[in-house]
Amino acid sequence: MTPLQPRGATEDHPLVRIAAVTIAAIFIALFLVLPLVVVFSQALAGGWSAALAAIRDYDALQAIRLTLIVAAIAVPLNAIFGISAAWAITKFDFPGKSLLTTLIDLPFSVSPVISGLVYMLIFGMQGWLGPWLRDHDIRIVFALPGIVMATIFVTFPFVARELIPLMSDQGREEEEAAVSLGASGWSTFRRVTLPNIKWGLLYGVLLCNARAMGEFGAVSVVSGHIRGLTNTMPLQVEVLYNDYQYVGAFAVASLLALLALVTLILKTFLEWRYADEIAAVHRH
Amino acid sequence: MSLIVESIAKRFGRFPALKGVSFAAPKGCFLALLGPSGSGKTTLLRILGGLEFAELGHVTFDGEDWLAKPARERRAGFVFQHYALFRHMTVARNVAFGLEVRGRKTRPPRAEIARRVEELLALVQLEGFGKRYPSQLSGGQRQRVALARALAIEPRMLLLDEPFGALDARVRKDLRLWLRELHNRTGITTIFVTHDQEEALELADLVAVMNEGRIEQIGTPGHIRNAPATPFVAEFLGQSAPAPAVIPLRPNRTNLHVP
Repeated sequence: MTPLQPRGATEDHPLVRIAAVTIAAIFIALFLVLPLVVVFSQALAGGWSAALAAIRDYDALQAIRLTLIVAAIAVPLNAIFGISAAWAITKFDFPGKSLLTTLIDLPFSVSPVISGLVYMLIFGMQGWLGPWLRDHDIRIVFALPGIVMATIFVTFPFVARELIPLMSDQGREEEEAAVSLGASGWSTFRRVTLPNIKWGLLYGVLLCNARAMGEFGAVSVVSGHIRGLTNTMPLQVEVLYNDYQYVGAFAVASLLALLALVTLILKTFLEWRYADEIAAVHRH
Repeated sequence: MSLIVESIAKRFGRFPALKGVSFAAPKGCFLALLGPSGSGKTTLLRILGGLEFAELGHVTFDGEDWLAKPARERRAGFVFQHYALFRHMTVARNVAFGLEVRGRKTRPPRAEIARRVEELLALVQLEGFGKRYPSQLSGGQRQRVALARALAIEPRMLLLDEPFGALDARVRKDLRLWLRELHNRTGITTIFVTHDQEEALELADLVAVMNEGRIEQIGTPGHIRNAPATPFVAEFLGQSAPAPAVIPLRPNRTNLHVP
């Protein structure tokens, strides 16, 4: 008979642990690491110079520029929206609060293609406002405003979703204390609320930014795929791929993947650098 | 009489928290709002602090319409049950907060603020703790930081919500005495909420016993103890009072039925 091994109540059998770790590792390798490796190796299949030349192409540069502009507009707007929505939901009681909470999640549940189509139905040539917009020479779809709007719609929930649990966990008492000590609303927000949520906010903004740069479906519908003009990086990847320009497609794709990796590294670095401060804010 | 509260009423949804509360108290007094949970005592305190709004009623303090002033202009130092210290600020910054948020014209110079903070930390016996964060303090220390922070604005009224509720028995006793001494020294009108009758009777000049959104009785501890005005007051005080040394035996009045 084998002797009974002493084991903690929540401790599983070693075999279970090994199996769980193995499954997780295989999944990560297969679905996360392998595709990334393929993207980079394909981009460099023709050597560094070919990849660099593909990125220096006029259309590719324009796509990079457009992507950065769209993110630069959409991310701050969604950060402002996310903060105000989370603030309203967690610090005040008002009628329609649960409806607002549900609506914030809408972009997560609706297919991005549908949200793109909705903007076409409203602002497109055949849409409700199409003729009026044409008469006043305002371009929304197949132009920057439409792309920005579609991106905002898709990345709407990231900041708010990140902040709502954090802020409701922190409660209203610190704000009440600030007001009773004579602070104005803005001063309370700047000195008390914002410092308490800054790490959650940063994380939400990073996620929002990653998605804003990478969004394909909704942007694809409203952009009109005008090369060198309304193609963002993900759209440019598709165009190049369909043209059998594999090196070009994967070079732009690597750049996009690099942006995502930089985002992740930045987040990890900040978490490591400010670990003490983060712990202090989350502890009561 | 300097604090006059007249028929304050407040409901949360359909639940009436306060059903017309009236009382008066002299300036500089130490008043306890005593009652079971749900009696409306904290709601009343929050209304006085401007954190909650009364639907009906008036409050006059020092001849002023108190409820007409927004919370930030009342200078009512509020100490929360769970302290509500700013967790991302050091103890010194917490205490300085009320001075730092003042408008440019009324804000004391930096050195003056630092001096005031030192003074207040000495007053609450926390010299040398200025650079710590709230998470590095014990419950009793946090409580005293919260008090120092409230005192920094030179409050006209000090409002304490269950100030000893989250502390263990020994710390509670010490802090209680200390608070009483502090009040004797500063003379600030102080109102505190408690559900502990012993605490209220021992500490306060005036005790208001609350039940279901009303004040059942208000008076000095001796008065309340000796002449409870309603059956509720008698029962509420009796319930948690220390047991008499000798339990009187009354054999004639036993209601024992043996089937």
